[in-house]
Amino acid sequence: MIVDWSYILILPVAVGALVFALVLVWWERRLLGWWQDRLGPNRVGPFGVLQALADAVKLFTKEDWLPPFGDRAFFIMAPAIVAGSMLMAYVIIPFGPDLYITDSNIAVLFFLAMSSLAVYGVLLAGLSSNNKYAMLGGLRAAAQMVTYEVFMGLSLMGVVIHAGSFSLVAIVESQQGMWYIFPQCVGFLIFFLAGLAESHRLPFDLPEAEHELTAGFHTEYSGMKFALIMAGEYLAMVLTSALVVTLFFGGWLAPTFLPGAEYIPPVVWFGLKTAVFIHLFVLLRAAIPRPRYDQLMSLGWKILLPLSLLNLLVTGAASLWLEH
Amino acid sequence: MALALFYVAAAVALASTVLVITRRNAAHALIYLVVSLLSIAVIFFLLGAPFAAALEIVIYAGAIVVLFLFVVMMLNLGRRSAERERLWLRPGMWIGPAILVGVLLLEMLYVIVLDAPGTTRGTVVGPKEVGTALFGPYLLAVELAAMLLLAALIGAYHLGRRYLGDRREDLP
Repeated sequence: MIVDWSYILILPVAVGALVFALVLVWWERRLLGWWQDRLGPNRVGPFGVLQALADAVKLFTKEDWLPPFGDRAFFIMAPAIVAGSMLMAYVIIPFGPDLYITDSNIAVLFFLAMSSLAVYGVLLAGLSSNNKYAMLGGLRAAAQMVTYEVFMGLSLMGVVIHAGSFSLVAIVESQQGMWYIFPQCVGFLIFFLAGLAESHRLPFDLPEAEHELTAGFHTEYSGMKFALIMAGEYLAMVLTSALVVTLFFGGWLAPTFLPGAEYIPPVVWFGLKTAVFIHLFVLLRAAIPRPRYDQLMSLGWKILLPLSLLNLLVTGAASLWLEH
Repeated sequence: MALALFYVAAAVALASTVLVITRRNAAHALIYLVVSLLSIAVIFFLLGAPFAAALEIVIYAGAIVVLFLFVVMMLNLGRRSAERERLWLRPGMWIGPAILVGVLLLEMLYVIVLDAPGTTRGTVVGPKEVGTALFGPYLLAVELAAMLLLAALIGAYHLGRRYLGDRREDLP
């Protein structure tokens, strides 16, 4: 039965994620407007919700310009890699009990593999544009993403030690007693920061820092190719939120401290928890200024990497101690 | 089914590896290298080693080739270097490697035709088994590799010390 479900789920998950990313652009702009004491997009339709549709129409009908000085094949490939690798990673997300496309004993590693392939999209976009701003943006993105991937993986290993499995379903099920945010709060912090850097969202959006690099690696992109790159960014944000929930906040499990929580279906709990983290992403964008690039890199190598190694060491030692 | 998938992945791996060697544009060659690594990951997966498949992508495709590509971007190789590559790879260059590879090919054909053919069926080795093997019978190798990596790390740290830059400023 589970197998049947999973094949049917592929299409709704893919389409749903893309549409969700589109609506999220509007919702984020509204939220930013609210937090920054301005209106935001409120003209098209009720509360401006049709702005998402208008944006889509505009992006579809815009001229799709290929720079004649660039590397044509890479230029076309890059946005597909950005969005495609992120969409691929959705196959391992368990939305509810028995509501997932696949559950593998390497699910966590599969996510890491897909997020490391996403680097190529950004890197090739920068390389193929043959433009100095794009090139600098691409180089920054490559260095930033490779750096943060190192301890993104390491920060997850604490959870893997607790659960004893790389399978996300097993990880959620082993959180029945206690969510992993309590023993793994350091791991959560590191994973969240790394996720922020991986999706190059605003405090860490140095690859596309518009004040210094025009638009960074996607300077030359327009029309649907630009839309795909944007979609990739939002897909990464939703994916990171969903993974934070799955790994550290009990996934679809209802919080036990709320009476009557178990009457709400698990999928709804998963959605609610994910929404909280998506809003946290948006709030960080509204609230925190961008660090300098060398600050970002030294934060990674000098603070977060040793911290994640220490976290791994302590978690491993503690679980060995408790076993014997 | 698995056999057909295996042959498709193997063919992709071979074709992309040939293209890695023959491309003149370094960036194109590296992207073919990524494709080759991905197809090898698929082969690992089919042979029942999902852990090795995932690590192949995470480490080789995701980190090492990215660094290669990073360097290629920094050097900003243009049309001139592609031209130079063309001069380097004259047809005469291929004779030596072709003979050597031909010998290996004959040897492999001999093994396949005369000896017992290898099988693509294997037991599935999960992450836990890999870990148990690495930290059980192969512990010494793991520790040796760790020492080597530590030495590399210390070397990199030594090269990147801050006062090297400071001293350069002191020079007249």
